[in-house]
Amino acid sequence: MPPKPCALCLKSRAMIKRPKTGQQICRDCFYYVFETEVHNTITEAKLFKPGDKVAIGASGGKDSTVLAYVMKTLNERYQYGLELFLLSIDEGITGYRDDSLETVKRNQQQYDMPLKILSYDELYGWTMDAIVSRIGRKNNCTFCGVFRRQALDRGAAMLNVDHIVTGHNADDIAETVLMNIMRGDIARLGRCTSICTEGEDTIRRSKPFKYAYEKEIVMYAYFKKLDYFSTECIYSPDAYRGHARAFLKDLEAARPSAIIDIIHSGEAFEVKEEIKATQKVQQTCQRCGYMSSNTLCKACTLLEGLERGMANAGITDRGTKQLLQVQQSEVTAPENLRTIPFFNKPFAASGSVDSPIIIESTS
Amino acid sequence: MASQTPPNISLKIEFSGGLELLFSNQRSHKISIPSEVPKDNNTRLSPPDGSTKPADISYLVYYLRDHLLQERGELFEEDGTVRPGILVLVNDTDWELEGEGDYVLKDGDEIVFISTLHGG
Repeated sequence: MPPKPCALCLKSRAMIKRPKTGQQICRDCFYYVFETEVHNTITEAKLFKPGDKVAIGASGGKDSTVLAYVMKTLNERYQYGLELFLLSIDEGITGYRDDSLETVKRNQQQYDMPLKILSYDELYGWTMDAIVSRIGRKNNCTFCGVFRRQALDRGAAMLNVDHIVTGHNADDIAETVLMNIMRGDIARLGRCTSICTEGEDTIRRSKPFKYAYEKEIVMYAYFKKLDYFSTECIYSPDAYRGHARAFLKDLEAARPSAIIDIIHSGEAFEVKEEIKATQKVQQTCQRCGYMSSNTLCKACTLLEGLERGMANAGITDRGTKQLLQVQQSEVTAPENLRTIPFFNKPFAASGSVDSPIIIESTS
Repeated sequence: MASQTPPNISLKIEFSGGLELLFSNQRSHKISIPSEVPKDNNTRLSPPDGSTKPADISYLVYYLRDHLLQERGELFEEDGTVRPGILVLVNDTDWELEGEGDYVLKDGDEIVFISTLHGG
C-alpha cells in the first residue's frame, strides 16, 4: 500500500487517522492539531487568567501525564502566565499506587513542576489497603471515589491554588453521561458535561481534555514517548463503569463520532427548574466543613462507619440509618473516633496559614 | 511472483498500556510466523492444508492469542479482531491507515498493541 500524504500539510506521510474527523495526518500535524484543540477548549471556556496557580491532578496514568505535558507546553507557547503544580493522591494501595507515584515523581523532574502528595492515611487515618482488609472488596470503590474527591480539594487547599485540572477525556465524559442515564441520576446528568465546576466552598475544577479522544491521548503519549504508568487497580475496577466503557468502545468502533455526539447530547440536557427545586440543597458538613448534601458529608459518614465497625454507613440506606440511631443514643460521641480535619478553603478571610505547604523534595 | 517468498517472517511485537500483563508481563517479543497461513486463521495446523493466504494482522491476532498470551484472552481478541479500545500500530503508523486486519505482514515489521482501557 503506498504511503498516504498528510491531509493537512500534504507533504509528510500520514501516520494517524483522527477518530473525531477521519482525517489522515502526519505526526507533526497531529501534535499541532491536538495541542491547538486543547488550547481552544481552554480559551473558549475562559478557564484561566494570568497569574492563576493551577494544580494538575496527577496519577501517573496516561491522561494526567499527557495533561501535565500539554499544560506545560501551552503555558509556555501562549504565555498563559500560570504557575503549575502536580498534585497526587496516595490512596495507599500497595503494588499499584506506590508504583504509579514513582512515575509522578519522575514527571516532577521531567516537567520541572513542584509536586504535592497527599495520602488517605494522612487525611483519614486509613489507607485503601486497610479499608479493604476491613470491609472486603465490595463497595471499596465507593470509599476510594468519595475520599479521592475530597483529598484533591484538600491537597489543592494546602497548595493554595486557584484551580485544579484533571485529565478526564472525552471518552470518560461520554461514559459518565451513559452511566448517569442508565442510573437515572438527573442531578449528575445535568452537571457531568460541564467543563468547569465550582461551588461556593470548593476550588474551581476543570477538564481541558473534555473534547480530547482517548485514542489521541494514547497516540500522543506513544509518539512523544511520555513516561506513564498503566496497571489496573488491584482492588477490582469500577465494574459499572467497565460496562459503560465496553459499550462505548463498541459504539466508537461502529461510528467514531459517537463519543463526541454523546457529549453534545449530554450538554443539551436541561434539568427543569421545578425538578431542580426538589433536589437537595448544598450545605457544608457540620463536622469537617466540606460541601455536603446532608448535615454530615459522605466522607465523614464513611469514615465514622469504618471507625465504628459499621462499614455500611454511607453505603446503604439501612447502614446510614443504623449509624444515625447509634449517634442519637449517645450523649457524646466516643473520643477515640478519628475525624477529618476541618476544611478551610484557600484564601479564607482569616488569612491564617494553618497548613504549611510541603513540597516533595526532588531526590 | 518474481522472488520466492521465504517460508517464515520475523516480527517484532510490542505490548503496552497494560496489555503486557496478559503476555507474561513482557513488553517486547520477537516471533516468527509462516508467510502463508490458512485462510480461516487456524494457527494450530502446520503445515497448512486447504486454502491459504499471505499472513496478515488478522492471522497475527489469532496467533498471539493462541501462542503468546498467558491469560484472559477475551481482553485481547474479540470477534476475530483486537478488542475495541486496543490501538494497533504498524511500523509506528495507525493500522487504520494500513488496512487494519487485512494488512499483509512483511519480514521485519514492528507491530505495537496499546491498550487504552487502563486507568488514567
